[in-house]
Amino acid sequence: MDASTDNTTRRRIALTVNGRTVEAEVEVRHTLADFLRHQLELTGTHLGCEHGVCGACTVLVDGRSTRGCLMLAVQANGCTVTTVEGLAAADGTLHPLQQAFKDHHGLQCGFCTPGMLTTLVELLADNPQPDEHEVRVAISGNLCRCTGYQAIVDATLAAARAMQAPGAAQRPVEAPVLPAARAAR
Amino acid sequence: MKPPAFEYHDPRSVDEAVALMARLDDARVLAGGQSMMPMLNMRFVLPGHLIDLGQIKALNHIDAHADRLSIGAMTRQRDLEYSPLVRAHCPLLTEAIQWVGHRQTRNRGTFGGSLCQLDPAAELPAVCAALDATLTVASVRGERSVAFADFPAGYMTPSIEPDELLTRIELPHWPVGHGYGFVEFARRHGDYAVVLAAALLSVDAAGRITRASVTLGGIGPAPVRVTGVEQALVGQIASGALFRETTEACRSLDAMEDIHAPASYRQQLAVVMARRALDAALARAHPAR
Repeated sequence: MDASTDNTTRRRIALTVNGRTVEAEVEVRHTLADFLRHQLELTGTHLGCEHGVCGACTVLVDGRSTRGCLMLAVQANGCTVTTVEGLAAADGTLHPLQQAFKDHHGLQCGFCTPGMLTTLVELLADNPQPDEHEVRVAISGNLCRCTGYQAIVDATLAAARAMQAPGAAQRPVEAPVLPAARAAR
Repeated sequence: MKPPAFEYHDPRSVDEAVALMARLDDARVLAGGQSMMPMLNMRFVLPGHLIDLGQIKALNHIDAHADRLSIGAMTRQRDLEYSPLVRAHCPLLTEAIQWVGHRQTRNRGTFGGSLCQLDPAAELPAVCAALDATLTVASVRGERSVAFADFPAGYMTPSIEPDELLTRIELPHWPVGHGYGFVEFARRHGDYAVVLAAALLSVDAAGRITRASVTLGGIGPAPVRVTGVEQALVGQIASGALFRETTEACRSLDAMEDIHAPASYRQQLAVVMARRALDAALARAHPAR
């Protein structure tokens, strides 16, 4: 790609997505969610409302939960992005939170699930033992029309216990940059 | 529900940004994008140029000075929420930020973006009103200061020129031992408030109020300092009964009416929210030693 593509309407970006280095040329008006879905074909990130209300498109950007429809792909240049496809281990073993969603009926239609999981992965990294209220506040920006949220809350609390249990596999997914480290950079 | 075509600019410095703002017609600024991106997606705005401030490191800082906090306009709401400096010097802001949007939007949303969006029921403008914040705006003509009280020009409209950029927010410290309270009524946590209230109180050893600040959001087009209540409080011995009596005055404020609530309902909420914010502030206030 020659330098002329690096202008005000198309840009080359380089980022890490689910552990893989990705280089791509994007239209500057494309959202991160559309880039993930259409250019990288990672369709696990769902788009519901496309104006930041439903939370289905939530992905982790540098460990922070972010609405994929409220960020431009060009803004993810240099970032580390984790989508729902990046939560399970390479051998297909589910993340403890995914396993708990499965065990506790934390999903029915599955539309909200990618956003729920990425949001709650961040919560559990920030706060490994949240109480029920904290879980409910954390997903206040994620709409679910199947479960009534109860099963999602149950699953999250169960996952928190499982991840704290002695001998639990420690597989933090892109742990968020802690506040102290943020202040330093 | 996709952004329209625009030309994208990502300046690295304030000078570069204000030069672009002066030069480009039909440009909009992109801060954290948590209001601008929905407006772009819904094509409520169709700018020719989008100037993304995300790469300007000089706009992302939290500094404590002897008399104030100085905060860069592009500081993420999440960084304010977690900042030990904010918690130590301006606990009202730490408390208010818990009400701002959701975890995902606070991770991107910025202090300056929220102020320039200036939603009448937004938390951060109310905090700035409560604290008598001073804002710094920059343009190719240089910098100028704007008292927050003069910042709202009207409904969702800051009194800055199209080529001016908000760069810094200064929040004066309240004395050690001051009490603070921030409460709001919203239909769902993270939604804009129907009505919110922020209160700050200083009391002396006898329990007498030496200084008071009471602010309401969601009532008028911009946050309102209820100076009548503040004046009625100063010099009195603080108590729940005093707050119940003085906050009745909030019922006569001019209140807006919209799909969410009629004016009379907002006036009722104004009384209740102001009282609860003052109760919370009193519970946390202790005389300076």
